[in-house]
Amino acid sequence: MTFDTIIFYFFAALAVVSAIIMVTRRSAVHSAVFLITTLLATAGIFLQLEAEFLFVVQIILYVGGIMVLFLFVIMLVNLDVAVRQIQFSRQSWVGAILAIALGAQILMAFRLGSGAFNLPAASTRAMQPNAEQIGAALFQRYMLPFEIASILLLVAMIGAVVMAKRKI
Amino acid sequence: MNSRMLEEIQPFILPVIYAVVIVAVLPLLAGYIVLLERKVMAHMQARMGPMRVGPHGLLQPIADAVKLLLKEDIIPDKADKLLFWLAPLGSVTMALLAYAALPLGPTFQIADLDVGLLFILAVSSLGIYGIVLGGWASNSHYSLLGALRSAAQLVSYETAAGLALVSGLLLGGSLSMKALVEAQDQIGVWFIFLVPISFFIYMVASIAETNRAPFDLPEAESELVAGYMTEYSGFRWSLYFLAEYANMIVVSGIATTLFLGGWLRPLASVHQHLGLPFEALDILPALIFLGLAAWCAKLAMRQAVPVQKMVMFLFVGLFVVLAGAMAWSLTSPLMAGIHGAFWFIVKVLVYLYGFLWFRFTFPRYRFDQLMKLGWQFLIPLALVNLLMVAIGLLLHQHFGWWLLWTVILSNGLTLLFAAWLGSENAKPSSTEAEALAAASGGK
Repeated sequence: MTFDTIIFYFFAALAVVSAIIMVTRRSAVHSAVFLITTLLATAGIFLQLEAEFLFVVQIILYVGGIMVLFLFVIMLVNLDVAVRQIQFSRQSWVGAILAIALGAQILMAFRLGSGAFNLPAASTRAMQPNAEQIGAALFQRYMLPFEIASILLLVAMIGAVVMAKRKI
Repeated sequence: MNSRMLEEIQPFILPVIYAVVIVAVLPLLAGYIVLLERKVMAHMQARMGPMRVGPHGLLQPIADAVKLLLKEDIIPDKADKLLFWLAPLGSVTMALLAYAALPLGPTFQIADLDVGLLFILAVSSLGIYGIVLGGWASNSHYSLLGALRSAAQLVSYETAAGLALVSGLLLGGSLSMKALVEAQDQIGVWFIFLVPISFFIYMVASIAETNRAPFDLPEAESELVAGYMTEYSGFRWSLYFLAEYANMIVVSGIATTLFLGGWLRPLASVHQHLGLPFEALDILPALIFLGLAAWCAKLAMRQAVPVQKMVMFLFVGLFVVLAGAMAWSLTSPLMAGIHGAFWFIVKVLVYLYGFLWFRFTFPRYRFDQLMKLGWQFLIPLALVNLLMVAIGLLLHQHFGWWLLWTVILSNGLTLLFAAWLGSENAKPSSTEAEALAAASGGK
């Protein structure tokens, strides 16, 4: 077992365990905290794959941006009533059946497709700086889809502001 | 542990040593910045400041730290114990983690990341969780309000700060902190002279991000007691304090690296030897330390109490040793890192002095004023500034315009826009005008 594998299993276990804890928490703030841990662990795996740009973007966008707003909303909304109630109690067996069905599907997909998904071996030398590569891909090769996506997001944002606030 | 594993761990040894040095020295430095703050405040208000513990209060930070460590640790009864315990730790960890990518000198850096600047921004934006979760976990209204204010403020000003930094990145052409400083070395001028408006925007935004006066709304003592720290005491409180000062040093470090030339000395493009085996201007740090030693010796003579005199002479010795190290670094290339670190720290201290100066000069903003300044002035200004810098750079690089002309052109146009924006913001908006009309009609 090399140092690399130890780090990978550390981050992987962290991501899975904190995801499980996140689902089982009653308090929404605790769930948010463990979701943050999961996202950070995923970022750690990105970093291990030498995709440092993805690592940083994952932290800035998901952990530093979206989750802060999540927490903001959770704190403003009164969730005390929901905490006291027992949730999803009646749907538990439906959930169990669905989970088993999904797990079986994934297992079957793995069994049927084993060996079909051959990834090229990772290059041993250090990867090229991937901030530049991602930038070049987005702004040269995929310029049009990128711009369309940006305009879509801008429209959604303006729409949200208009709907939330009648007078500006 | 087999030999292969040792080999894999090998490259981590030096960075770990650097990291331990930084983690060990930083709290001390933060303590002395607090002392500096109190001294500067005292001098601005024509007072003495701390004078009793050690000569001129030089041992005050240590006394404060001991007091905070021994103080009773109170956890509110209905607090969320786990998060209450975890929040200050998170704040301080993230603040310290950002130092991993700050280059103190050409060789004195824990990790030269390709995405160094983004890494620092990412990690320092995580520090907000310490504040938000701490405020929530305290189960107190003041704390929660402080936490919410802090989150809103950080999210608003991060955009302006990021846009201001991008214009510096355009000039440097890299995200690596080291490459940014090297770019300034090659161009021969610090970026602050090319993009002064970006520097201004970043300075304002960085004060808001570190929750410092005049933007210290999250801990406004006249409104929220102490904001998110209201329920904290003792060591946990001091961790928040440490995180705040560590964050101040981080934002100063970013500004120093990107706009103030990092570890380069002033007039870095002047190479004068004057017949000496080293560059003449490189002798400055040693002279500065010798001057400090002389000044301390003069103060030591005046101390009446023998213990105070002894402590003062210890400081004289410290400065003489530092001057010696600086002089040694002139001839030994191995020590060049120390020379760079000296200028880096001096620049960071100058920037921090600006922080203190603002704190004692400007009154606190109201929260809606703060939001208005961020969203309606700084962000549009940063956007236009970025566009102008990009156009100026294009004219310089592809059309061969003289750099000075493009700098004057782009900054002049941005300033015109800023003036227009300012006059536009000064007019009351439609909702405000209606509110005013309704208020006057009510009378």
